[in-house]
Amino acid sequence: MAASHLQCRECKTEYPLEALFVCERCFGPLEVAYDRGTIQRDVAEWRRRIQGGPQNIWRYADFLPVAAPPGPSGRLNSRAGLPAGCTPLIRADRLAARLGLREVWVKNDAANPTHSFKDRVVSVATTRARELGFQTIACASTGNLANSVAAHGAALGMDSYVFIPADLEEQKILATGVYGTKLVGVKGNYDDVNRLCTELCSEREWAFVNINLRPYYAEGSKTLAFEIAEQLGWELPDRCIVPIASGSLFTKIAKGFSEWRDLGLVEGELPRMNGAQAEGCSPVASAFADGHEVCRPVKPDTIAKSLAIGNPADGPYALELARGTGGSIDAVSDEEIRAGIRLLAETTGVFTETAGGVTTAVLAKLAQRGDIDPDERVVLVITGEGLKTLDAVRGTFETHTIEPTVTDFESVVAEPLAV
Amino acid sequence: MSVLVKIPTQLRAAAGGEAEAEVEGATVQEVLNGLFQRHEELRERISDEDGSLRRFVNVYLAGEDIRFLDGLATPVKDGAELTILPAVAGG
Repeated sequence: MAASHLQCRECKTEYPLEALFVCERCFGPLEVAYDRGTIQRDVAEWRRRIQGGPQNIWRYADFLPVAAPPGPSGRLNSRAGLPAGCTPLIRADRLAARLGLREVWVKNDAANPTHSFKDRVVSVATTRARELGFQTIACASTGNLANSVAAHGAALGMDSYVFIPADLEEQKILATGVYGTKLVGVKGNYDDVNRLCTELCSEREWAFVNINLRPYYAEGSKTLAFEIAEQLGWELPDRCIVPIASGSLFTKIAKGFSEWRDLGLVEGELPRMNGAQAEGCSPVASAFADGHEVCRPVKPDTIAKSLAIGNPADGPYALELARGTGGSIDAVSDEEIRAGIRLLAETTGVFTETAGGVTTAVLAKLAQRGDIDPDERVVLVITGEGLKTLDAVRGTFETHTIEPTVTDFESVVAEPLAV
Repeated sequence: MSVLVKIPTQLRAAAGGEAEAEVEGATVQEVLNGLFQRHEELRERISDEDGSLRRFVNVYLAGEDIRFLDGLATPVKDGAELTILPAVAGG
């Protein structure tokens, strides 16, 4: 498989593999199309090729839109930059038991270089940006992307401009500025930042990873699906729970499963796809509940700032996917998000940020509603790290403060041992 | 009422290469109609057959998405700025 061209998802008009993201005829999104070529590989050969690759996303280079991937042909090269991926898939039996389910897996994508799944998409976008001759990378971000673009700029020696809402969590601002990027806090919400960057994109010769490089960037999310299938022993899960901001991750995980199914690398039905949103920013969940095909934009107000996109670009496709696979798109309250973070932490040892709280809370909701058959194999996609949104857990537990004496310990914390 | 319409890169070829256009009109719809009169090709690029905006087109009046205002019926002030942008960015 090699990327052959860009194609409008709506009207199918074809474009060359350049820094383009919108169809000039109908304004639909451009996606990467692949040519299977003349090389015929059997399933065993595909698997050997992947397994022989590096321990990062470039083991899946055959399915990604870059001309000269950093691997697997050059293993040392594959470690240049900031290699992402190959994050743990953890069997979460205690979480499953708590929810009355049999088999739940946690894909912990906080275990990436800048602690979120964004390193996958940024790796692909920056590699393509370099191939296209760009010197400068940029992005509109809700936080995690900011961290990743700034870090990739530093690792690759490229200039970077990172645009964020000025009121972002302090941890995410600090974990961006440290890389020496040009950090721009915009007075407004993410949708304002995105509008500004879309305008700037017309004026500057920069690679905005999630705007003019968006077709390549989005393909990076497929590697989450590839890893899940490979880690499950070349099998598909029955259901995936995935957070939705723009809807790009949600739809591209399904695209990854589909591509492998088409090649025979995995068999069976496409997993049911469940999308997770916060009630304070749930344009896609609302459209799902109301039976609409498009989303009505909203002004976000939620602690899940990494998901706070009021005007989701891939909303219509996320709706189509959830309906087509027998899944759903649900929303949870800020209180449920905090409880979701605690539930995941207490049962798996994984401390996730608010987006993961949203995802875990939606899993709990689906389980309580009886939507999940107890025999299903469920994968919970955890996209980011709890240390980036510490405020969300403040006040959710008690710290015992004592004098450094046994007496004080026994009077405040634990009864004396019986003699 | 004269409004400054900002035209995105993807539409400039259909707008005689212009990045901006001064157009008269009292509502967003009237301004867009004025723009279409000048550059007929733009009409089908951003409008559906029934005259509404295509679903991947966003229009902003002074930076605010018109869907948070009165949509195409939103009144415009003299000297206002209307920005047409693709919706498929970001995330």
